[in-house]
Amino acid sequence: MLRTWRQRITFTDIMIWAIGLAIVGVVVVGTIKTLQSGKYEPSVWLDLTIKGLAVGGVYALIAMGYTLVYGILRMINFAHSEVFMSGPITAVFLANALAQSGFLNKQPLLSMLLITLLSMAVSAVVAMLLERIAYRPLRYAPRLVPLITAIGASFFLQYTFRGLYGSGFKGYPTVTSLQGTWNIFGVEVFKTQTVVIIGAILMMAILYAIVQWTKIGKAMRAVSEDKEAAELMGINVDNIIVFTFALGGVSAGAAGILYILLFPIVWFYMGFIPSIKAFTAAVLGGIGNVPGAFVGAMLLGLLESIGPNLFLDGLGILNPSQLKDAIAFIVLVLILIFRPSGILGERITETKA
Amino acid sequence: MLRKSSIWVEAIRSGLIGGAVALLLCLVGIVVALGQKMIISGVISMGQIFVIAPILIFAYATARRAATKTVDTLLLGAVAGLSSGAILAALIGLGQVINLRAMFVNASPDLYKLLTFGLTLGPGIALLLGVAAITGLIGAAFHLLPAHIRGTLIQTILWVALIGLLRDLIMTVSQNWGPVIPLVKWMFAASGLTLLSAIFLLVVIGGIAYWRYGRSRQAHISKQRTKQQQWIRWGTLAVLALIIIMLPRILGIFFSDILDNVGLYILMGLGLNIVVGFAGLLDLGYVAFFAIGAYTMGVLTSPELAATPLTYWQALPFALGVAVLSGFVLGLPVLKMRGDYLAIVTLGFGEIVRLLVLSDWLRPWLGGAQGIQHIAHPVIGPLDFGSQQMLYYVILAGIAIATFIAIRLKDSRLGRSWMALREDEDVAKAMGINHVATKLLAFMSGAFFAGLGGTLFAAKLSSAYPQSFQFLVSINVLSLIIIGGMGSIPGVLVGGLVLMGLPEILREFAEYRYLVYGAVLVVMMLTRPEGLWPEARRRLELHEEKELAPREEPQPVLKNPGGRR
Repeated sequence: MLRTWRQRITFTDIMIWAIGLAIVGVVVVGTIKTLQSGKYEPSVWLDLTIKGLAVGGVYALIAMGYTLVYGILRMINFAHSEVFMSGPITAVFLANALAQSGFLNKQPLLSMLLITLLSMAVSAVVAMLLERIAYRPLRYAPRLVPLITAIGASFFLQYTFRGLYGSGFKGYPTVTSLQGTWNIFGVEVFKTQTVVIIGAILMMAILYAIVQWTKIGKAMRAVSEDKEAAELMGINVDNIIVFTFALGGVSAGAAGILYILLFPIVWFYMGFIPSIKAFTAAVLGGIGNVPGAFVGAMLLGLLESIGPNLFLDGLGILNPSQLKDAIAFIVLVLILIFRPSGILGERITETKA
Repeated sequence: MLRKSSIWVEAIRSGLIGGAVALLLCLVGIVVALGQKMIISGVISMGQIFVIAPILIFAYATARRAATKTVDTLLLGAVAGLSSGAILAALIGLGQVINLRAMFVNASPDLYKLLTFGLTLGPGIALLLGVAAITGLIGAAFHLLPAHIRGTLIQTILWVALIGLLRDLIMTVSQNWGPVIPLVKWMFAASGLTLLSAIFLLVVIGGIAYWRYGRSRQAHISKQRTKQQQWIRWGTLAVLALIIIMLPRILGIFFSDILDNVGLYILMGLGLNIVVGFAGLLDLGYVAFFAIGAYTMGVLTSPELAATPLTYWQALPFALGVAVLSGFVLGLPVLKMRGDYLAIVTLGFGEIVRLLVLSDWLRPWLGGAQGIQHIAHPVIGPLDFGSQQMLYYVILAGIAIATFIAIRLKDSRLGRSWMALREDEDVAKAMGINHVATKLLAFMSGAFFAGLGGTLFAAKLSSAYPQSFQFLVSINVLSLIIIGGMGSIPGVLVGGLVLMGLPEILREFAEYRYLVYGAVLVVMMLTRPEGLWPEARRRLELHEEKELAPREEPQPVLKNPGGRR
């Protein structure tokens, strides 16, 4: 056993491990230096942690779309970023109308619910149309074909929404009752961040319950295991796939509204970066795995919000938060190299992919 | 077979979908934006085409699905067209009642005016419905025509439309050609063709297309190449080469600039074609190598950053070396990844490079958001290749070298190894192909051409900014090789001209280029995944059933093969 292991080590393995060790070295040295310098107070770290969890919650909901679709079709829905974008960019019109009529601040809970429902509905419809028009005819095509279709669909949707609603930024109205902070166990926490974290956990719980404990969830899992066998058991595979896309869309629509609570601006290109991160989160947790998406997203959110200050500041890098996106991408590369199965997932990149 | 009643329901449904597509195109703004771009002056504009085309196509599809060739079919088409028109009429009606513009920025009075043909509401909607029904009827009528006439007709219409659209280009080019000027002036109005010349062109091009169709049928009978045909072939090639060399002179400065961009994209396309087309590794971070080439050139030659600025030629080997090395560095970690994962990791790589270049951290070395200015351009002796028209020749040389290398690589041992890896990695490994070296070489050769493109891009602008190296560049290059046909070298040239050239020439179109790219990618993958100019092997792979199906069963030569009883 040991001998074969030694024989299997190649030049590339050594190079890859060298890259990995170098990155770990940078992280360790940076962390020690930052902590030694004492530049940041503990409260700063706490703020960053809560911010990271809130962002992670949004990623978790977007990641659900990737994970559900991957679980069933074994394909990465590249256009999911546009499914995510379509909800909030449409709901902004309702939000502004509600704000103008004063209803938003009179009935904040009800109007937020309406806005969220609209966002969910639009995202779900976009996801279902995407499946019907772009993916269904290609279900048995060579692997590269649906992938390219997804990239094309992504661009088409982006520029369609740009054409429909204009290319500029649009702001969401602020909800007065969600401004300021709450004091939770002696810690000042932004109300919006709290709402986002609670909302994300609630939504994740609902999605998990649907997948795990309902009949249609059971059918989804059956289709994910074996399409042919599921069909023989009387499951309408097409309907289940449509439902999966819709569920991913609903989740992305909800994520969109939570996202605008943190960053209240929408435009047609807003989906790209959060969705890549969400994908990273899904891979980090183990793609195809619902709890994995949640764990991965929270972890990524934390890494991204604490990481630049913790790892890079000590190394004397100017404005380290500019590099937070780069950290997410490096995390993605590292997981895919060293643990492609993710934290909670099965090994997939080599066998099924 | 469908039941008779369901045919009509189907027609209405299909028409409604067609109408929805037309509605989407209206609301996206493409119709109004191109409403002034005439194809035939005073008769039809490009914008109107975008309304008519979906109606026509869906009516044709209805007729084809009904599979009857009677007067009923025409009626079916008219019904489909009418239901499409109804959707547009509903838009106009709705627009009168509520202000759609609060949400849809393009639901403008201009749009309503265009849809109602500038008439008042009632007659306008009536006319719109009428036109839609007639359009549907024509669409269905297309189905009734024999296949070869239909093909010829579509080809002719497309050519005439293209000539109408390229009016500005043709006008500019013809200015240097004395005797042609009056003819060109007669042909074109202020925008698009004149009605008379359009009819004339329709007849001429239609005639040629029909004649060629007849000839191509004869050619099937005698396919052997005579010596005369070979001479003609060489002659055409020589004329083509002469035209290509003279192109910047013919086109003038403005179009030369576009030509340079097209050339750079073709160069990159040839490189990406090796990675995606030959080796089947979907690389979405291709722009990274382009950026690395440009930035290395900038850092070494710009007096702002380099202590001793080099010339373009001195810096070129370093720039290419760095690009190839980064191809190696990217290639290493992704060796084990396939398909989707590879795509997203390479995308991440491209973004990391852009973020690093943009960051304040590396500003002292790479210029940060302000970028690098005063980058050197190639100079050989007295020849200064700084201007757009001169740089074209350097790019052309680059393309020629790249094409040569790509053609030679394709059928080499390495090229066949790439294709084997593309088709089935496990089998290829089992056959003794060193997948590590093969994959790394694919990334490195791809990076080489992108790096070369990058240095020329930097030389062309004499500057490099992080904003020039967006993810969109990777998508552009990917689109052009997919449109052309993955793995096909002439496909890259065709794809580059169509995808990069056309939107630059049709300025009004530029705003919608990514919308169209996206749609084209999807439609292409759904209907013709092998591309416009496919590689023979890939066409076989993607159309296995179709290629094999029409062939007749081979007649058994012996009643009893193998001597079995």
